Amino acid sequence: MSGAVATNETILVVGGGISGMTAALEAAECGKDVVLVEKNPSLGGRVSQLYKYFPKLCHPTCGMEINLRRIKANKHLRVLTLAQVEKVEGRAGDYTVTIRLSPRYVNENCTACGACADAVSTEIDNPFNYKLNKMKAAYLPFGMAYPQRYVIDSSIIGTPDAEKAKAACRYDAIDLGMKEQTMTLKAGAIIWATGWRPYDAAKIQPYGYDRYDNVITSVEFERMMDPFGPTSGKLLRPSDGKEAKNVAFIQCAGSRDRNHLKHCSRICCMASLKQSTYVNEQFGDQAQSTIYYIDIRAIDRLEDFYQKVRANPTVKFVKSKVANITEDRESSDVILHGVDTEGYHRYDNRHDLCVLAIGMEPSIDARSIPGGVHADASGFLEADAANGAIFGAGCATNALDVNRAVQSATAASLRAIQVINKVSGAEV
Amino acid sequence: MSELNKVMVEKYRNDFLREVEANVEEGNWVKMCMQCGVCSGSCPFGPYWEHPPQEIFMMVRAGKREEVLTSESMWMCTSCYNCIVRCPRELPITHIMHGLANYAHRLGIAPKMNPTRRFAKLFWQNIVKGGRVNELKLSIGLYFMDGFSNGVKKGLEMLPVGLGLLKTGRLNPFGLLGGGKCKGAGDIHKMLKKAQEIENRRKGFAS
Repeated sequence: MSGAVATNETILVVGGGISGMTAALEAAECGKDVVLVEKNPSLGGRVSQLYKYFPKLCHPTCGMEINLRRIKANKHLRVLTLAQVEKVEGRAGDYTVTIRLSPRYVNENCTACGACADAVSTEIDNPFNYKLNKMKAAYLPFGMAYPQRYVIDSSIIGTPDAEKAKAACRYDAIDLGMKEQTMTLKAGAIIWATGWRPYDAAKIQPYGYDRYDNVITSVEFERMMDPFGPTSGKLLRPSDGKEAKNVAFIQCAGSRDRNHLKHCSRICCMASLKQSTYVNEQFGDQAQSTIYYIDIRAIDRLEDFYQKVRANPTVKFVKSKVANITEDRESSDVILHGVDTEGYHRYDNRHDLCVLAIGMEPSIDARSIPGGVHADASGFLEADAANGAIFGAGCATNALDVNRAVQSATAASLRAIQVINKVSGAEV
Repeated sequence: MSELNKVMVEKYRNDFLREVEANVEEGNWVKMCMQCGVCSGSCPFGPYWEHPPQEIFMMVRAGKREEVLTSESMWMCTSCYNCIVRCPRELPITHIMHGLANYAHRLGIAPKMNPTRRFAKLFWQNIVKGGRVNELKLSIGLYFMDGFSNGVKKGLEMLPVGLGLLKTGRLNPFGLLGGGKCKGAGDIHKMLKKAQEIENRRKGFAS
């Protein structure tokens, strides 16, 4: 795909998550030429790592499938994976972008049969499961990966393992001689949709994420529910594999905190409310969820969902930001300490598992985006006339849920289309 | 009721928050508290406070002047700074606690028998006198704080420690006779007097 031809009537979309895919598809379906670049080996982004969406509790795989069908059916859209933007030069209507392509070591012949993974013995951390388990160094990023092609991890290149993978391939799909490439392409407008990443939970020292096995993050909890995930879809706590029936959720873990992220990450309240339904899904009436919160921010129509969870007798709400967590050495249970705001009662509550509703930060600080754009104090890309035709979309611009990220992506797409129409003379 | 207390009640009426903002060190931060409770949960002495910091802030905002200023709670603070470090809004909680305690003391309505307050007074009088702490007098003063017989009992209890300190040259026996003063004690008195004047002027207290 490195031969992608682009002109200054092309829209470049950076980031292949839900926002980038949406922005790229909306523009391509309007007949614009679009190049979509993604740093990872597959499209999908963080949404593909979720078990269910709130508030409808449907599975993101469904939306992913629709988007992939749209991508495959569109002749105006080209996808580059393992690609990162290095440099952006020029101005609105006339950008020159330098892109670095990392080698996949697997070419178009791949049928995703998996023989290379069987042949390889080296195991590496699985980033799709937030490193909760290991995978072979020849891998398909996840079931619905697009392109549906294996990747040979660069760590085994030059070792006998790589040769074994090559020997196992019956389709001549493995090319161990692939090198990193740099390419430049033209673009009239750029949509920046690099998304978010969970805040580093280990930095919240009193919660002991780095010390206690049974303190995990909300994104990890999400992976546990996946039938193909690290625990085969069971809520098992990491220390001893015991069923986690009594789960604590701590809100504002990293967010709304001047020591960490200054902003409210917006999604975490709804994420925990949603995840409390997972505990019920697994254990029915035996489930016990406790949500520790400062205040629940379930905005506009999401209030209904909050009320539904509130009415669930197996879910308890404690209005308090937990002060610190300790671990019971013998049982590995976590003990949450704090004082509640409704009556100032001191508590030391024992739970099987503690889930930190971790905050969102931009995966790339907008201050370091090549080309120079306006950024807010948290590093989100802010709309500004000085940005030229670089438009932010989705979580690169703010902490957003999927619904709002998609709206933001469509808006960015329309802005980019207007620039392209001016370049082509279709609009003055 | 002390004269100053009457003046302040008259001046601020029901607006205790405004009174705190104007007169208590770092008091202007009180309104920034979002009632998350991390300070109270993080306090190592938390279980022994009648009102943890979070509650004190809410009481200030609710205008519970009498209950806050006569409370023993602020006097429990040991300045460990756990709360300041963890506060998501970076409130200088330790300083506010000391500020409230100090303000209550100045108004003359702080709890009279509070041990922290009594020790603080003892320490202040001791250090001001000679410009340097006279450890012997301070510890003896501390032993006799709760009456003569208690003092004798405590003194005897601590006798082996005292003798040990004496032997290793860590206790000056002439302290009892008023020795161990610093050279310019008179100048220190002048400096403190001036500082007091400046502070009174700044806070609008009559000296």
